[in-house]
Amino acid sequence: MQKVRSFVYWEEKIARGFLWASVLVTIGALLAVIFHILQHGLVHVNWEFLTREPLFMGKEGGIFPTIVSTVYLILISLAIATPIGIMAAIQLTEYTKKGPLVKIIRFATETLAGIPSIIFGLFGFAFLVLFMGFSWSLLSGGLTLAFMVLPTIVRTSEEAIKSVPLSFREGSMALGATKWQTVWKIVLPSALPGIVTGVILSIGRVVGETAAVILTAGSSLNIPSSIMDPARSMSVHLYILAMEGISMEKAYATATVLIILIFIINSIANRIMRKMSSNLAA
Amino acid sequence: MRKIHETIIEKLLLFSAVVAVLVVALITYFIFADGFPVMQKYGIAHFITGSDWHPLDKQFGLLPMIAGSFLVTLGALIIGVPLSVGCAIFLAEIAPKQVTRIIRPAIELLAGIPSVVYGFYGLVILVPLIRELFGGRGFSILGGSVVLAIMILPTVVNISEDAIRAVPKEYKEGSLALGATHWQTIKKVIVPSARSGILTAIVLGMGRAIGETMAVIMVVGNVATLPESILDPIRTLTGNIAIEMGYAAGEHAQALFATGIVLFVIIMILNFMVTLVPKRIGE
Repeated sequence: MQKVRSFVYWEEKIARGFLWASVLVTIGALLAVIFHILQHGLVHVNWEFLTREPLFMGKEGGIFPTIVSTVYLILISLAIATPIGIMAAIQLTEYTKKGPLVKIIRFATETLAGIPSIIFGLFGFAFLVLFMGFSWSLLSGGLTLAFMVLPTIVRTSEEAIKSVPLSFREGSMALGATKWQTVWKIVLPSALPGIVTGVILSIGRVVGETAAVILTAGSSLNIPSSIMDPARSMSVHLYILAMEGISMEKAYATATVLIILIFIINSIANRIMRKMSSNLAA
Repeated sequence: MRKIHETIIEKLLLFSAVVAVLVVALITYFIFADGFPVMQKYGIAHFITGSDWHPLDKQFGLLPMIAGSFLVTLGALIIGVPLSVGCAIFLAEIAPKQVTRIIRPAIELLAGIPSVVYGFYGLVILVPLIRELFGGRGFSILGGSVVLAIMILPTVVNISEDAIRAVPKEYKEGSLALGATHWQTIKKVIVPSARSGILTAIVLGMGRAIGETMAVIMVVGNVATLPESILDPIRTLTGNIAIEMGYAAGEHAQALFATGIVLFVIIMILNFMVTLVPKRIGE
């Protein structure tokens, strides 16, 4: 009896130790990456680096064109993916009648989420760059990225819409509102924090994407003047700087900018989430 | 009037939902249309079982890349899954509120950091570290596995945690009421009840690892030969496409689309496996 008890006791201790350790290793890995990059990159990040054009393929100068291109890619992809994604989510949660079509849509959305970015890149290259004749451009890159973030927006919106209590809808319907009025005036506002979070996280995905962007938007270092111009995003720039050994200093600096950007994006997402949910509770 | 308004909106919603289906269909069509003819010409077996990749000499063996993708993914799962599931259990069951408030944003940040940044870190830190500790060139399966393990962490943690939190409270209360300790309850009641969710998380993490491109390219060395140890360099299917697509033409380019087909089929099999996972208990 005594022996059994002590086994249980030690098992509990060891298990807790393992759980704590796994968390510490995870956090440790994160901190190791962030600290190393910031430590070597922060000193090279200044106003000139952000606002100057690169010289000698990025060996000298700044990253201004890549910032502009990244912003364009974000705007184009989200302008396409956000409305479609939210509407698809409404269809799947509020209007769904069970049936083969819904099953197919769900399977397609899940499939899209699982397709590797390089496949999106190949597809964007074959379909948009060559077949549609958009060549390497912001448009090809933005469309490809829109397809990539679509499932994220659909899923987060779906989750947000599903978490709206049924009683909200019933109350609205009971007051004589139509289905769409209920969705537009009651369900969507309540689901907004979740939806916005999904969109903001998609920005992060667009910023970080490299493989698909290289194959569809190209890697031109010029500032794009129209959506038909080729462009190089910050992530692509970092990849090229590091892999072609152009400048480790500039690579660290670019990585630092990327990390800070993601940090800001995540903070905004968290803040909106918190603010909205406290508003909802009030 | 109101009726028409509603009908138009319903049509729009349905169309939006169908966009995903259209995109998947287009992707499938374009990848296969560009890659399948060359596979047929030289035989599917030549692609899948051939171990020589010399595209300019019409040698399109993808076996080294298939092996590379699977090995590096296996390594990532061996390192990443225990960590991730441990984190998920910790967050759902053990963590005090203040600790959760720190860890959750940290994991979100981990998920948000661009893959190319992980690749860069791997290139400047892990590769030299492996070279020093174990010898070899440093560009290796091991390096790729470590980088990928970090990258799949957020996916596996989040989905597993959701699954664990979805286990009805009564299960836990019942188990504790019967005198089980907290860990016994986690091990015998909570995790088994959440196993389908955890399994889904692992399969999705696996998909993410196989599909990852840039981070892997930067640390595995990209040598298209069959590896003999975990310290050998390899090339993955994704890397094969990304590295050579820039300058490939003719059948070489088609062979890269064929590489895409192989990758696509692997991912589809994984997706299909997710749908096979039985629904969780209590549903």
